[in-house]
Amino acid sequence: MAVASPTVTLAAIINLNHPAAYAHWGFFQMSVPNLVVIGLMIVVFAAAIALPFPGSRRRRSRS
Amino acid sequence: MSAVDKPSWTARVREAGVRAMPPERLLPDTQPAYMSSWIYIFGVLTIAALVIIIFSGSVLGLKGPAWWHYTGIGHFFNSIHLWAVELFFFFMVIHLWGKFFMAAWRGGRGRTWMSGAITFLTSIAAAFTGYVSQQNFDSQWIATQAKDGLNSTGIGAFFNVLNFGQMYTYHVLLLPVVVIALVSAHILLVRRTGIVPPLPLGELAIHAPAADPPGAGATESAA
Amino acid sequence: MKRRRLSNAELNEAARHYDGPYKPYDLIKELCVAIAVVASLALLFTIFFSSPDDRPSTIAQWSRQMPVDFVTTAVSELDGTSATAGYGPPYNHNGDGQQIAFIHLQKWLGVSHPINTAQDFVLTPLASIPFDPALRKATAAYQAASAKTQAAWTTDYTNALAKATVGPGGAVVVSGSFGPVPTMMNGLLGLAQSGGLDGDLLTSNQFYQTDYTKPLLFMADGGLLAARAQSQHLLGEQWGMMNETGSYPGQVWLWLYTFWYQIAPFNTSVNADALVMAIMGVMSLGLILIPFIPGVRDIPRWVPIYRYIWRDYYRDQGLR
Repeated sequence: MAVASPTVTLAAIINLNHPAAYAHWGFFQMSVPNLVVIGLMIVVFAAAIALPFPGSRRRRSRS
Repeated sequence: MSAVDKPSWTARVREAGVRAMPPERLLPDTQPAYMSSWIYIFGVLTIAALVIIIFSGSVLGLKGPAWWHYTGIGHFFNSIHLWAVELFFFFMVIHLWGKFFMAAWRGGRGRTWMSGAITFLTSIAAAFTGYVSQQNFDSQWIATQAKDGLNSTGIGAFFNVLNFGQMYTYHVLLLPVVVIALVSAHILLVRRTGIVPPLPLGELAIHAPAADPPGAGATESAA
Repeated sequence: MKRRRLSNAELNEAARHYDGPYKPYDLIKELCVAIAVVASLALLFTIFFSSPDDRPSTIAQWSRQMPVDFVTTAVSELDGTSATAGYGPPYNHNGDGQQIAFIHLQKWLGVSHPINTAQDFVLTPLASIPFDPALRKATAAYQAASAKTQAAWTTDYTNALAKATVGPGGAVVVSGSFGPVPTMMNGLLGLAQSGGLDGDLLTSNQFYQTDYTKPLLFMADGGLLAARAQSQHLLGEQWGMMNETGSYPGQVWLWLYTFWYQIAPFNTSVNADALVMAIMGVMSLGLILIPFIPGVRDIPRWVPIYRYIWRDYYRDQGLR
């Protein structure tokens, strides 16, 4: 089946103009790029909560 | 202070505005000490992404909708616009998760939550009108598919996703105006009601046995 | 030592006041830093990945790459069996559209963009083709025939198209006799391949146009857009709503919207769109009204992520 080709784009360092890889579990399927985005969101959310915020250092010992 | 006996409309509006939002409350230079977590930056990151979206979108609008297809610099600004949108939703959803787990609607802040949720949904609509305005294969497919969902609710009778002129106008003018108005209302509500204090830890009574527990928190229901 | 959970009202009351310490914080500087950081990220992603721009399909391309599919679609527009022909509002009255129980919103909002597929997609464009007396005669013969005869011709022709071939001149060749229909269809095919049908359908009302409803509906009734979509995993049953062409991240925020289409009963229902829109409408309202929904609004207390967010504050409280 002939498919129209994408236009020539400004050369990106990594060319993403090819079909994506997909992950399948039963009826669930998601593109790997989308999974990466969701994964990153969860990691960033967890990191935002776990990482110490500047100025939050307190004296560890109780007097 | 107005100089006449009966204050003018202008004076009344000004005084009501200053009463509701004194400058120190609109732009404070302190914040509660309990705000010491990186989770608090995701609101401003979302706004920053919106600024980049509007800037790159304005450049695209200045040159018209066909420009980015046939020039490198046009494609460059289209890319900035697309990644800013991905970042916008990325930061906005993390902001939503954070505010949810903080139960940030407490203490009269229900409207803050609601305006934020409505902004999220309106942003999806704004992004959608952008996707169908691309004038490439993706927009052809999205429009011919989305029409069925919208037609099924009757919305398609006055919101025609196959009509580029209509979708483009919604995308570059009507919906950005609504999003900016909602974000402004959201921020003003945050300034007005303050950042929500932490949830009280029920176990405080156990760790501080010498302290008299506060009136409301000290009785155990029969197990 | 007794202890009980605070009620929702007590939590709200406690959250109205904060009399504790403040610390200096520069909001404007924070905004400027945020803009610089996000601009840099967008720039980085742009330099590394650029953005997708798959060229749009045209009716000319479709008719050249898939002539039999084009002609099959064209005859279905002529005899009213295409998806657009039987769609109902907002395009025509040939169907009622989707419903939920007794609610027929699609029908009630009416026909706001009338399309007569036989006229708009076939007969009017054919009438614009000049210098072709055989074609003009064929079209006149078709329009003069009875509805029963027309239906017999188009139905038999459609069945014969299953075994059609493309002749040396590019025309679609079928075996059998189907009145003037093959001449008309090949006339339309020629117009399409020349690019004239793209223009005809777009500017049918006036010269300046931004409304692509007719060419898009015509193409969507055929197989080219769907073939391209399938190769890019954009079909509904491929969770396509979330996806982007190529290997770019797509619209991740549409995950719940597309999810419903993958499961029963929505994946087989004729009213799937209306049902899914209704569910998502209710859930969107639920998202907005979380502060007022008992149970949902208590999840933050049951899943105590807040203990980590405010751990510095709680530690200070304990130390006092």
